[in-house]
Amino acid sequence: MSGSAFSAKSNSFGWYAVHEMRLIWRDFASLITGGKPRRVVIVGAIITAFIIGLHMFVANIMRAPLASGIVADKATLLLISGFAVMLFSLMFSQAIESVTRAYYARSDLDLLLSSPATSRRLFQVRTSMLAVHTTVFAILIASPLINVLGFMDHPRWFSAYLVIVCLGGFATCFAVLLTLLLFRTVGAAKTRLIAQIISAIVGAGFIISLQVMAIMFGEGISRLALFTSADTVARAPDLDSWFWLPAQAIMGQGWPLMTLVAASGLSLILVIAYSARRFAVDAQATSGLVEGRNKTEAFSGFQRRSNMSSVLRRKEWDLLKRDPWLLSQSLQQLLYLFTPGMLLWVNYGSGFGVYYVVIPVVVMAAGQLAGGLSWVTISGEDAHELIDTSPVTSRAMLRAKSEAVIVVVGLATSPFLIALLWFSPRAAVCLAIGILMATCCAVMIQLWHRSQCSRSLFRRRQVSSKTATISEAAVSIIWATGAALAFRHGLFLIPFALIAGLLMWVAWLLRPQGQV
Amino acid sequence: MTSSLALEITGLKKSFDRPAVNGLDLKVYGGEFYALLGPNGAGKTTTLRMVAGLLLPDAGEITVFGTKLMRDPIAAKSKIAWVSDEPMIYDKLTVMEYLEFVSGLWGVEPDIAEQRSLELVDWLGLAPHAMERCGGFSKGMRQKVALAGALVHEPQLIILDEPLTGLDASSARQVKDVLLSRVKRGTTIIMTTHILEVAERMAERIGVIADGRLVAEGTFQELRERSSNQSSTLEDVFLDIVETGEEEAGLGSIAA
Repeated sequence: MSGSAFSAKSNSFGWYAVHEMRLIWRDFASLITGGKPRRVVIVGAIITAFIIGLHMFVANIMRAPLASGIVADKATLLLISGFAVMLFSLMFSQAIESVTRAYYARSDLDLLLSSPATSRRLFQVRTSMLAVHTTVFAILIASPLINVLGFMDHPRWFSAYLVIVCLGGFATCFAVLLTLLLFRTVGAAKTRLIAQIISAIVGAGFIISLQVMAIMFGEGISRLALFTSADTVARAPDLDSWFWLPAQAIMGQGWPLMTLVAASGLSLILVIAYSARRFAVDAQATSGLVEGRNKTEAFSGFQRRSNMSSVLRRKEWDLLKRDPWLLSQSLQQLLYLFTPGMLLWVNYGSGFGVYYVVIPVVVMAAGQLAGGLSWVTISGEDAHELIDTSPVTSRAMLRAKSEAVIVVVGLATSPFLIALLWFSPRAAVCLAIGILMATCCAVMIQLWHRSQCSRSLFRRRQVSSKTATISEAAVSIIWATGAALAFRHGLFLIPFALIAGLLMWVAWLLRPQGQV
Repeated sequence: MTSSLALEITGLKKSFDRPAVNGLDLKVYGGEFYALLGPNGAGKTTTLRMVAGLLLPDAGEITVFGTKLMRDPIAAKSKIAWVSDEPMIYDKLTVMEYLEFVSGLWGVEPDIAEQRSLELVDWLGLAPHAMERCGGFSKGMRQKVALAGALVHEPQLIILDEPLTGLDASSARQVKDVLLSRVKRGTTIIMTTHILEVAERMAERIGVIADGRLVAEGTFQELRERSSNQSSTLEDVFLDIVETGEEEAGLGSIAA
């Protein structure tokens, strides 16, 4: 044991910060190595290669705009502001999620709150760490673009890192204040669910609304179409407006940058000072939730025509229905269906091009939804010992669970199938094939890679089997592309079916030992 | 007690990093209450998990009422119920929904299942909570729900791993009463426990496992006679047997 943990003055800001940083680091390390420290070198090499590849990709894209020179006109500032708002929406979404987790994850709260230590200081540190965590995540996303601009254009672009830190501070402030507001208005029992839904909507909402607006103005489905449109540039405020402050700060202008740093720092200090006092009280309120009164359900007698398959299916649907948090997490993918739906609606009758957008997006969403739900029903079986000791064959049990998933995916995607059937039966057939194949493949991958977990670990399901996650995404992409191209000619489906088959074979080969 | 064999284990072996069960032979008769004792890590839970079909043995054979578990697991499992010390039930299902689900898995007719469920929730003191979701139940309540689930399909053999751990006196008494009444009705029960007084009072025969082997077996009286200290409590007898058993196992491994 190292002596350093004992050397700092206990209950001080630094002492808590060391404790928190150690927890964050170990959590992060276990996330990337899957709990196997020997993988650090391999994972590190893969990440480094990925980062280099990403830089090269961005450098290639930016070559032409850099050659013609970047000036701080309205069009450039508008585009930079668009990037900044997109990044902020992602940071805000992540901060909401992190703040709620800090209140509800009780792994160490009971120990801390029952100790004679000052909890206010701990929560000051914890909120500061949330800001750091949120900022690091955004920096990782934005770094290739900033570095390319900084090295290939002008070093002033590196000030964008400081702007991201400021945005991280603002995102944390808003997330903390929103959570406190939810505690006051809807109470501890509903705060988590509402915060998770807001997080999902904010995360996807900004991008989706950009796409919707672009579709409405006939600019296509690109996220940046609206910012590059001449009409938007013409309507944008004048260059001396405060509206451009973040964009000017990103471009390295002194006063805007200093104003942003001061505003963000001050806001964060005030919010931390205010929220740390409330944190302990609210955390105690969440602690009482488990001991609260249990929810009752109406009882109308046992189902008369039930067999093993039907009781298993019904159980899965009941559990999903009664877990709004899990349901909202699973159905997040469906948010992305909104824009193709909109595109289909706006472009009805105007040409075949729309089907090449709608079909792959719906198939992708179906595959991802099926993967998530399969994990919940197969790996996230809370009473697996009961199921394993029952006189039910493993095959029959897995078939019933798979059926439960397929029905839910079918219901979620049926509005699109019905709409396409109305507009173009051929497109509907292609979509149906894509959904069915992507769903069945996702279910099979989860069957081969199942590992018993609590369903409360749903958000970290990717960690339990990275092979399953990657295979699931790859197979969904293949079926999405295949189904879209099959709309042009049915024979195009064959090569994609072969590639999907090959990927499935690899996923089967890589299954953990002992799985059938 | 009937003379038919409820459970027969021969040459059972299971190793993880080291042997957990090492050539275990055991016979439990129909309608018998059998307590399996042993120190921590002796192989009790591993043995019972293999009998319940949760673990595959490395070697050996398990026969449940004449049905070989490895050859026909479905037929064997239909006669067994398993209750662990940390019962895993569904937080989002009510007690009645849980019992309906378990009945469905074991293929009990819905009419019969509903009647039995109502009797069981009444018997176990769960009636006021029958329509409540299990999420906020205490450890004792969860254990009683799991026990109701184990009884609703009327198994011939009930396997319980430390069922009384963490229960208050009243809940423990209820569980013990239910188990004894089942034994009177001809059900066979195998239970592991660290509460030696429970084994002494409830079990007809006691088996002691050490280092994955059965080192002693018999009624409490028979075990006491075997022990060097014959005027002792079960605790003294148990410690004496385990110590001797471990020494023999140690000598055996040295000799090998």
